[in-house]
Amino acid sequence: MSHDLSALLYLVASIFFILALRGLSHPESSRNGNRFGIAGMAIAVVTTLFLMEEPNYFLIAVAILIGGSIGTVIALRIQMTALPQLVAAFHSLVGLAAVFVAAGAFYNPSAYGLGTPGDIHLNSLIEMSIGTAIGAITFTGSIVAFAKLQGLVSGKPVIFPMQHWLNLALGILGVLLIAWFCSTESSVAFWLVVLLTLALGVLIIIPIGGADMPVVISMLNSYSGWAASGIGFTLENNLLIVTGALVGSSGAILSYIMCKGMNRSFFSVILGGFGGEAAAGSGGADLGDRTYRQGSAEDAAFLMKNADRVIIVPGYGMAVAQAQHALREMADLLKNEGVEVKYAIHPVAGRMPGHMNVLLAEANVPYDEVFEMDEINREFSETDVAFIIGANDVTNPAAKTDKTSPIYGMPVLDVEDAENVLFVKRSMATGYAGVDNPLFYMDKTMMLLADAKKMSEDIVKALEQ
Amino acid sequence: MANEAFVDRASELADEALELSKDMVDLAREATGLVEPAAAGGGSALVTGLTVFVLAVFVGYHVVWRVTPALHSPLMGVTNAISSVIIVGALIAAGSGAGFSEVMGFIAVVLASVNIFGGFIVTHRMLSMFKKKDRAAGAKSK
Repeated sequence: MSHDLSALLYLVASIFFILALRGLSHPESSRNGNRFGIAGMAIAVVTTLFLMEEPNYFLIAVAILIGGSIGTVIALRIQMTALPQLVAAFHSLVGLAAVFVAAGAFYNPSAYGLGTPGDIHLNSLIEMSIGTAIGAITFTGSIVAFAKLQGLVSGKPVIFPMQHWLNLALGILGVLLIAWFCSTESSVAFWLVVLLTLALGVLIIIPIGGADMPVVISMLNSYSGWAASGIGFTLENNLLIVTGALVGSSGAILSYIMCKGMNRSFFSVILGGFGGEAAAGSGGADLGDRTYRQGSAEDAAFLMKNADRVIIVPGYGMAVAQAQHALREMADLLKNEGVEVKYAIHPVAGRMPGHMNVLLAEANVPYDEVFEMDEINREFSETDVAFIIGANDVTNPAAKTDKTSPIYGMPVLDVEDAENVLFVKRSMATGYAGVDNPLFYMDKTMMLLADAKKMSEDIVKALEQ
Repeated sequence: MANEAFVDRASELADEALELSKDMVDLAREATGLVEPAAAGGGSALVTGLTVFVLAVFVGYHVVWRVTPALHSPLMGVTNAISSVIIVGALIAAGSGAGFSEVMGFIAVVLASVNIFGGFIVTHRMLSMFKKKDRAAGAKSK
């Protein structure tokens, strides 16, 4: 196959990848988008195989078969609540693959037309080391994110003195190592760069707390793209450069959206330390004697049955309790009673961008009943009941009024504008960010203190009577 | 005697000429290296790559902002799958038949394949949940 032809086919694959992302602008076109993605990948792989001179087809087939079956089994078995972990694990693989491809190119540059061993073009060396570095950071960073999400290690930020200075020093050392590698082409330097950036990946992610995980996942998504682009520069392959740039910018945009959803600057997330004991100090001063009203499932059922409009505000706690199916049953019964039911989703309701939408969709909630915060916020004032289940901080009115609150400025759902607020919560403890919620003590609020799933089921029973 | 000196001189000159011609070839190579990019009108491979990169970032930026927030999880799934297009580089190393490089390539192909299959399948699973529900059928099943 001529190089012009292969370059054109790679271009077709790039276009298909763009169409894959384009398809996601609407649920109905999204499945076609995914097909475009698969087709693009198939074109890319087949073109590459034709381009190679007498490749070892058997070896390649074995590799694809092993990887493909592992991937297929994992993807079919994974629970949708565990999606964030899965995505983090997948990102780590892209990072590691980037390191191995760079190593392969370094030890056998002639296969890629980069020169001969010991005489690789300077440009290629620089691009190779950058691709390797980003890949290695993505790899270990994603492993740490995976461990935190899976609960293998504590979600609390790990902070030690001089942490940022250490990272900075390692970063500078990394640049020096890359300079050494590029000038001498020493394999020792190459592996030192790999080791150092592997360590850096761990150090960058450990100070980031559990509450910031949606940002971290998006960020690593972005890194995996930049790593692919870096390798694309090394191999002078436009398809890799384009795809990496698409993925990189997509991850960056998602990080931005997540940061905005929490009113946190990207920089402060990176510096870390949020979501642990750091936030506990403020806002908890006047907890003592405030009273709240507690209700039962029957009270809640009665209130919602007689309402005209109900907005359900689900949070990650609902997914942890596996309450989404019981919740949807409750909504169906209410709809049969002629109640208009809608769902309101905060941008950081789940543990990764759009996670809550997937969890609701899995429970057969029609997607046109699910609304984003900006779309639905003004409707709370015309709503009879706001039913909050498994969410807390994203409904906290203190974020709008109390300048001393750690979450001040974070965009929240205006649930307090509804006529009645039902708040399902296991106990009166504070939310993820460790902030007290004045909503609990409002006259219009009725606290339903129980496990989210149990409470939803009890309400369903009460509605069926 | 004079003849011998003449022959020596001639062979010396021939050697020198050979050296010069080698230099010429090297110079010519360097010259083509300099001229080639200019002839293409687009600078070196690095600059071409950079052009493609920057344009692709712009395309990505505009396309991703149009993705509906409800589908941000599938977006991560699909971007994760397509970033494994790095398999293209892995395949070349795996098929190179050169010892260590081949091993590196083999592992990279395995890793990237996990991602490609896993990423597309999990995205497909997510997206099939976002199908338009038939209301009547949905109510009947309960």
